[in-house]
Amino acid sequence: MEISSTTLDNLTLGAYIVASVLFITGLLWLRSPETARAGNRLSALGMLIAVVFTVIDRDIVRYEWIIVGLIVGALIGAIAARQVQLTAMPQMVAIFNGFGGAASAVVAGAQILSQNDTGDVDRVVSVTVALSVLIGSLTLTGSLIAFGKLQGIVATQPVLIPLRHVVNVILVIGSLTMAGLLIFDPNLEWALIAMAVIALVVGVLIVVPIGGADMPVVIALLNSYSGLAAAATGFVIDNPMLIIAGSLVGASGLILTRIMTRAMNRSLGNVMFGGFGVADSTGGAAPGANAMDRPVRSVNAAEAAILLGYADSVIFVPGYGLAVAQAQHQVRDLADMLKERGAEVRYAIHPVAGRMPGHMNVLLAEADVPYDELKDLDEINDDFRRADVAVVVGANDVTNPAARTDRSSPIYGMPILNVDQARSAIVLKRSMASGFAGVENELFHMENTMMLFGDARASVESLLSEMKEL
Amino acid sequence: MSIEELLIALAVFVLAIFVGYLTITRVPPTLHTPLMSGSNAISGIVIVGAIIVAGSVGGLLGAILGVVAVALATINVVGGYLVTDRMLRMFHRSDEERR
Repeated sequence: MEISSTTLDNLTLGAYIVASVLFITGLLWLRSPETARAGNRLSALGMLIAVVFTVIDRDIVRYEWIIVGLIVGALIGAIAARQVQLTAMPQMVAIFNGFGGAASAVVAGAQILSQNDTGDVDRVVSVTVALSVLIGSLTLTGSLIAFGKLQGIVATQPVLIPLRHVVNVILVIGSLTMAGLLIFDPNLEWALIAMAVIALVVGVLIVVPIGGADMPVVIALLNSYSGLAAAATGFVIDNPMLIIAGSLVGASGLILTRIMTRAMNRSLGNVMFGGFGVADSTGGAAPGANAMDRPVRSVNAAEAAILLGYADSVIFVPGYGLAVAQAQHQVRDLADMLKERGAEVRYAIHPVAGRMPGHMNVLLAEADVPYDELKDLDEINDDFRRADVAVVVGANDVTNPAARTDRSSPIYGMPILNVDQARSAIVLKRSMASGFAGVENELFHMENTMMLFGDARASVESLLSEMKEL
Repeated sequence: MSIEELLIALAVFVLAIFVGYLTITRVPPTLHTPLMSGSNAISGIVIVGAIIVAGSVGGLLGAILGVVAVALATINVVGGYLVTDRMLRMFHRSDEERR
């Protein structure tokens, strides 16, 4: 039996146009938090229309399998979406990406296997099958590893395999060779399988060496891949719906990837293959030697609370440490207390703070922090010099002034939050351990910086109780 | 697929990339996570392809691969939209009550 959209009903194609408009409108409505929720529902409606009209298309002659798949998938998806802790959102997004990629690869693979039975596979189809299976497979395993790292099952530290670049090159050549064989002769089913297996391995090897702080880039990229895999599958089965929706996602993921790499002042290649923060621990740079000579000033919660108690303007600077310590509710309570005392409170969000794009925003939204108090880097950076106190909660590299001044620093050129320009800074931190980039932070040694050591949540709690005493 | 069909498909692809680029460029950083999980749900559109494979390809292998693909894509779609909705429900301004 042949499958090709040339046999899809006109009604089905019409429904695809409606669904495409709904997807695009839904994405447009994501430009504002006020319309975003409705936009997401519009997009879901588009998906429902696309699915319903595909199912009733006259090409579909067998329903039992479809129904089984739909029920099983919907149950798992709904339960997962309801049960997941909002703090586990990065790994949730990662694993959904992986499933999407896997589905694309399987559809493309099934298509070529079935066409081989009827003996009419053309070149174009086999090229797109190769693309779809390659991208889909590496999206699957890459996402699984990302999930494992975010969940803490796989080592979050970058794992560097010896000769990994050589191994990667060999594997890439191997998978491209298999792809070439498949395009040359679509009947070579073993080449299809070998290609898929190699791509699965490549997915693992690409993500394993990437450290936790680079996760926002990886997740955005995998997001893009899951879309591109769907688009490639659209070429395979000649279905415009897949091409349109897949491309929208592919473009979206690429834009996010670019925003993330820009916010780190690094190239995508550097993130994927650089092994940042491990290989370069030469320590020879000793940036800003003068600043580093000054001992850090460690304070207790009472001293910090006094400073906060008399501040008129406070900026919180959250980082991944906030997510680890689950301190978002306590920070919100502290902010409420400061507001009651008449202070202006805002939050400065660095684009790559956390483990996925927008991580801090979701975390703080969960703690009921209004989104208009969350400010982007560009929006708030000039306000630090007018702020009485900047409170850094579990952030490090994104506050390091060396990024502005020290050309020898590995993070030189990265846009940072100007915490050092605030009248005072209180840094909540577990220990003096350096951040992901393995660079000492000059901020901690500055005259107007106080270090409040300990778990972020415990520290904020003791700040709260000390504030009550004031 | 003939060359004409390929070119039409390529035109659709290129235009959709453009639309996606122009649409998403102006999404504020506050909404980057919902954008990602919401667009991720859209990439579950491959569910349409999975349904076509599961519902029309002859043979047991096609059916099995089809049902696996339908299930995976459905997890992606249902989970993706629900989790995005859950996140967006939490976003609120300082001058409005929590929804």
